[in-house]
This record gives sequence, C-alpha cells and structure tokens, in this order.
Amino acid sequence: MSVDIATIKRVATLSRIHVEPAALPGLAQEINAILGWIEQLSEVDTTGVEPMAGGGATALRWRADVVTDGGQAEAILANAPDREGEYFGVPKVVE
Amino acid sequence: MRPTDLSLAQARLALDARQISARELTQAYLDAIAALNPRLNAYITVTAEAALTAADAADTKLAAGQGGPLEGIPLGIKDLFCTAGTRTTAASRILGDFTPPYESTITRQLLRDGAVFLGKLNLDEFAMGSSNATSAFGPVENPWSRRNDPDTRLVPGGSSGGSAAAVAARIALGATATDTGGSIRQPAAFCGVAGIKPTYGRCSRFGVVAFASSLDQAGPIARDVMDCAVLLRSMSGFDPQDSTSVDMAVPDFAAAVGRGVRGMRIGIPQEYRMAGMPAEIEALWSQGIAWLRDAGASIVDVSLPHTKYALPTYYIVAPAEASSNLARYDGVRFGARVAGADLTELYEKTRAAGFGAEVKRRIMIGTYVLSAGYYDAYYLKAQQVRALIKRDFDLAWEQCDALLTPATPSAAFGLDEKQDDPLAMYLNDIFTVTANLAGLPGMAVPAGLDGQGLPLGLQIIGRPFDEEGVFAVAGAVERAAGFSALPGVIA
Repeated sequence: MSVDIATIKRVATLSRIHVEPAALPGLAQEINAILGWIEQLSEVDTTGVEPMAGGGATALRWRADVVTDGGQAEAILANAPDREGEYFGVPKVVE
Repeated sequence: MRPTDLSLAQARLALDARQISARELTQAYLDAIAALNPRLNAYITVTAEAALTAADAADTKLAAGQGGPLEGIPLGIKDLFCTAGTRTTAASRILGDFTPPYESTITRQLLRDGAVFLGKLNLDEFAMGSSNATSAFGPVENPWSRRNDPDTRLVPGGSSGGSAAAVAARIALGATATDTGGSIRQPAAFCGVAGIKPTYGRCSRFGVVAFASSLDQAGPIARDVMDCAVLLRSMSGFDPQDSTSVDMAVPDFAAAVGRGVRGMRIGIPQEYRMAGMPAEIEALWSQGIAWLRDAGASIVDVSLPHTKYALPTYYIVAPAEASSNLARYDGVRFGARVAGADLTELYEKTRAAGFGAEVKRRIMIGTYVLSAGYYDAYYLKAQQVRALIKRDFDLAWEQCDALLTPATPSAAFGLDEKQDDPLAMYLNDIFTVTANLAGLPGMAVPAGLDGQGLPLGLQIIGRPFDEEGVFAVAGAVERAAGFSALPGVIA
C-alpha cells in the first residue's frame, strides 16, 4: 500500500497538524518508506492469533465508582494559555 | 578521592558515616554540572537552590539517624517525569513553560526515600528517538569519543540521552529514565553505564509524560548494577493511580546482585545473530557467554522465530498509541498556543509549530494505521504479531531462566550520522524492542570497549517480574568484565 499526496493531506487533517503544501511530497516519501518496511508483517501467518492489546499479562484492575479527586480548578487552570474565570479560553466556536 | 568519584552505594556508606555531608556531595555535583553541562547539554533545567535546600534537610535527618535509603543522594530526573513546581518539557516546544502542579509517583517515591534532585535531564522529544537529536533543547553530547578521532562528537543514544550522559560524566550520581523500545538500555550501552527497564507494571507510569502506554516503562540509569538495584527498589511498587501498575511486593533487588549464576540456564537466541553484525559485537557476545559459563551457568541455544518482525510491529503499535496520547497537546489547557481564526486552525497551527519533525511523522503514521480501512491491515495485524513475539519468549522460558544478547548493534555514532534516514535510526533498537513488546525486564551492562575505545554493552532479558534473576546475571557479567574505563569528559 502506497500513500499519495491526497492521503497524506487527509492524515494531516485527521492529526490536526498543519502541513505546508510544499512539504507534502517529502512527507509522503518518508512515510511510504516506513510503510513499505512495515509491509513485511504480511508474511506472518496470524490466522486465529488473539491480538495482544496491553503491555501486561493481567487483566485491568477495577475500582469502586466513587469520586476520589476534585475542587482543584486553580491547579488545573494554572498552565492555561488563556482563561476566563474558571474556564479555558478558546476562539468563538458557535456562530 | 573526590565526592563525585563515589558510587551511589559508596556515597550511602560515606553519608551514613558522616564522612561527607549531603551538602558537600550535592555541591560537588552542582559544580560539576556548571563546568560540564555547557558542553554536554545533558540538563535542560538545573535546580541548584532547591537541591541545596534538600541536601540540608537530608543532613538534618542523617544527623538524627533518620535517613531514608536515598537520603542525600543527588539524582538527575529525565524531563519526562512531572515534578511539582519545576518546569517539565518532554524536550518539546509544545509544552511551553508547563509547570506541573503534581508530582509523578516515581519522583514522589524517590523524594520519600530522601533523594536530592539536581535538575531535569535532556531527552529526545517525547522520548521518540535513539540519539537525543530530536530534542527541542538541542542534542546531548556523549562524554566518550573515538580514540583516533577525538574531535567527532558522538551521540549519547536516546531517548534517555541526558540521563546516560550525565551518569557517565558524573554530573549525576544516578538518574531516572524511561524505555519504550530501548530508551534506557541503548543510551546506557552507548555511554558505558548500567540501566534496567523493569517488567511492565513494576513502576508506576502516573505523572510520566506518555508516549506509547502499553510499552512505556520507567527505570534507573546508574554507574553500576548495584546502584541500579538500589534505585529500582525506590522507584518500584503498586500505585492505584496507574491502572496497569501491578500489586506485587518489591523484592530487595540489591541482594540478588551478588547471588551468582551457578545452576542458572542462560538462553542464547539464535535469531539475534544478525547478518552484517559487527565482528566486535559478535566477539563481545561470545565473551559474555564464556563468562557466564565460567561462573557456573549452563548455556542453552534458544529460538525466538519472530524476532525480525519486532521492529516493524513496534513502528505500528508505538505510533498508534502516540497519535492518541499526543492528541491532548492542542493549545487549550496547557503548553504553547498559536492563535487561529477558529478552534481547528488553532489546533493545527499550535501542533505544527509545537511538535518537531520526528514527532509529527509518528503521529501521522499512527493516525494512518488507525484510520478507517487500514486498522485491520496494520494495527490489528501488529497486535497479532506482538502476541506471537510474546509467545516466542513464553516458550523460551521452558528452556532457560534468562537471555543474554548484545545491547546494541553498534557503538555510539556521530552527531551528524544517520540523522537523515528514519529507518536507519530505528534499527538501533533491534535487540531491545522485543522486551518492550513482550513486557519483560531487560538490562544493559557495560562489558567492553570496541577498537575505537568506545563502550559496548550486553543485555540480559528476564522472565516477567524476575528482575532479581536479571540482576544476578548482570552482576556476574559485571564482575567478569571488570569494566573500569572512563570517558574523556568527566567531572
């Protein structure tokens, strides 16, 4: 599978990364080289193999569905690039 | 003997006997940082004042006979660990002046045990790299150089390049590090120091900036195997704030270092004998096998048939997880922001300006392999091959107790080499990445010098949660190797 410029453009949009049009061909070439190398996995017979999702052997732990934290608006907003009161500030979203 | 000559274990004895104060030891390290860091660039941030305050507090505790296991020990912290009140960058522009309001579990435990933090260590941006060259704060220089080419500056490896370089140059007595595909073991090997990635789940990931959550695991880099054992004990332990943290007792790793390997079965994976492997790496591996045989271990040939698929598997799984983890850097809640006409433009411009080239490349690969129509062909396939790689190890453990392999396919390379070819850079992790995919403990130990006088390491891989077995083998390799060479740039 080889990706074209339109695909790279779509992936950049999905990634929410602005890419200058002039940089698209170079990026496509780099990504194609990596994807071409990854392609060797198709040699491996994985019929019936259960996919391994996590890094550990054990199932994830459950915890009680209770509030354990909260009331820290100032700590949470301390690094905000823009804030209004107890809210994060962003450009107008609703027209 | 100067204070910076003491190993962590030796410093512990000297501090307890009040032959040296924590303040003297810390000051010696701060002086060494001031002298060498302008060249090495191992630290992004130095917290000198806080370090001296902590050292004074340690002296008070030591005088009262109340010191913890790391009381007064000066450490460097990889700048991927959140430290309350101290800027944490992940070596990325996108975090701006982010100052965490909370402490990572690992650094909290090190502080609990009395450690003194000297500052935050340089790394590849978001821990993505094998040379420390992707840092937004500039590359780190390896304190070692080639005997017949001393002017070529070499990379310290990555992503924990600052950690390894700082320990090797003795501008930190020990350091925290993280390892997603080899980021503790490869730089440790390149810098002639020891480093262990424990079993997945042994150390809490809470407060460690996430790269690929199913592969990320923290561990120490230190001067020798014993120092790693002491640090790992303080770093380990169950943490309810990390859902993958394992609720198991933390053994006394230090007790295992001198245990010896008599009666142990050491597996030699045939598939790690790669075509084109440098003769010096091959010779060092043979030497390591002979050392362990002489120490009483039995040597067993084992097969890990899916080894060659480990790196391609990693370069699907890790970018996929990274694309998800790094979605949080959007210029809204913390970090740098570039203004845009609307919210989407704000996101796109912020991320374009804030992320470096390698990070963008990996986010885009991850986004692609997870996107509709490609998920099964790439991501699901990689998860299945990952299961087969883990099964290879499960079968090997029926024949042996630990594996011995080279740590890296080469010694440290030049700052200007391999930087233009992502694939050539990825091959650095060929021997280390399998342990991340299978969630196993792996340790790099300095074992010899190549013809250019550069350090080479051997790797020990162990069964899940058998770090003690890893330390036993690493201790035996270390004693046999008697590695005592020092880099040219050193405090």
